[in-house]
Amino acid sequence: MTKEELISKLKTIITPYVENKDALGDITEETDFIKDLEINSANLVDVVLDVEDEFGIEIDNDAMEKMLTIKASVAIIQDKLAI
Amino acid sequence: MTNEQIIDKLPYQPPFLFVDEITEVDQKGIKGNYTLQPEAHFYEGHFKNNPITPGVILTEIMAQIGLVCLGIFLFEDELVDSSIGVAMSSTAIEFYKYVLPGEKVYVVSEKEYFRFHKLKCKVTLYNEKDVLIARGIIAGMIKPWENE
Repeated sequence: MTKEELISKLKTIITPYVENKDALGDITEETDFIKDLEINSANLVDVVLDVEDEFGIEIDNDAMEKMLTIKASVAIIQDKLAI
Repeated sequence: MTNEQIIDKLPYQPPFLFVDEITEVDQKGIKGNYTLQPEAHFYEGHFKNNPITPGVILTEIMAQIGLVCLGIFLFEDELVDSSIGVAMSSTAIEFYKYVLPGEKVYVVSEKEYFRFHKLKCKVTLYNEKDVLIARGIIAGMIKPWENE
């Protein structure tokens, strides 16, 4: 899976939880889920659970705490997929 | 942890404690009940000269038993020296029947998941005649609260 494909899938996953829909248009790797997209901490858990289902991986507490931006999430997903 | 210990660990007190009894609890879910007190202040205003239990109070009963009590049980040993911090994050509840002052209501809650401190449950409320009162999904963030 290319990085672009991964980001596209990630964008589909986060969309229902995004409060600031305007920010969805210009998502970059630096986009922050809480600051830019206004996803709350409870919905961040659902993002992580949906990522687990979509990619067939398991996210632990340490990884979950780092999954706050597109860039960090992509790195974690790639890392778990490589195992 | 006994059912009484679970109730002792709740971060609520009257007039905002809405749990009388826990009757069953395990890793998958919980059952408990509460009797609406006829002298509760909200009946003075809801409604004028026509006391009916507000939906927000029924929701609170469902959340305190179905989510918070279950959360305390699921944390178990982690809560020995601390209380619990709770933040309700979402509710989606359908109401089917009203509840009058003095009625006893029963909560049945089934865990959907408990991950990364978020507990999400399918919660149902019945009256004493086993008639469905309300049903829905409640979720919240639950963490041990050290600063007691």
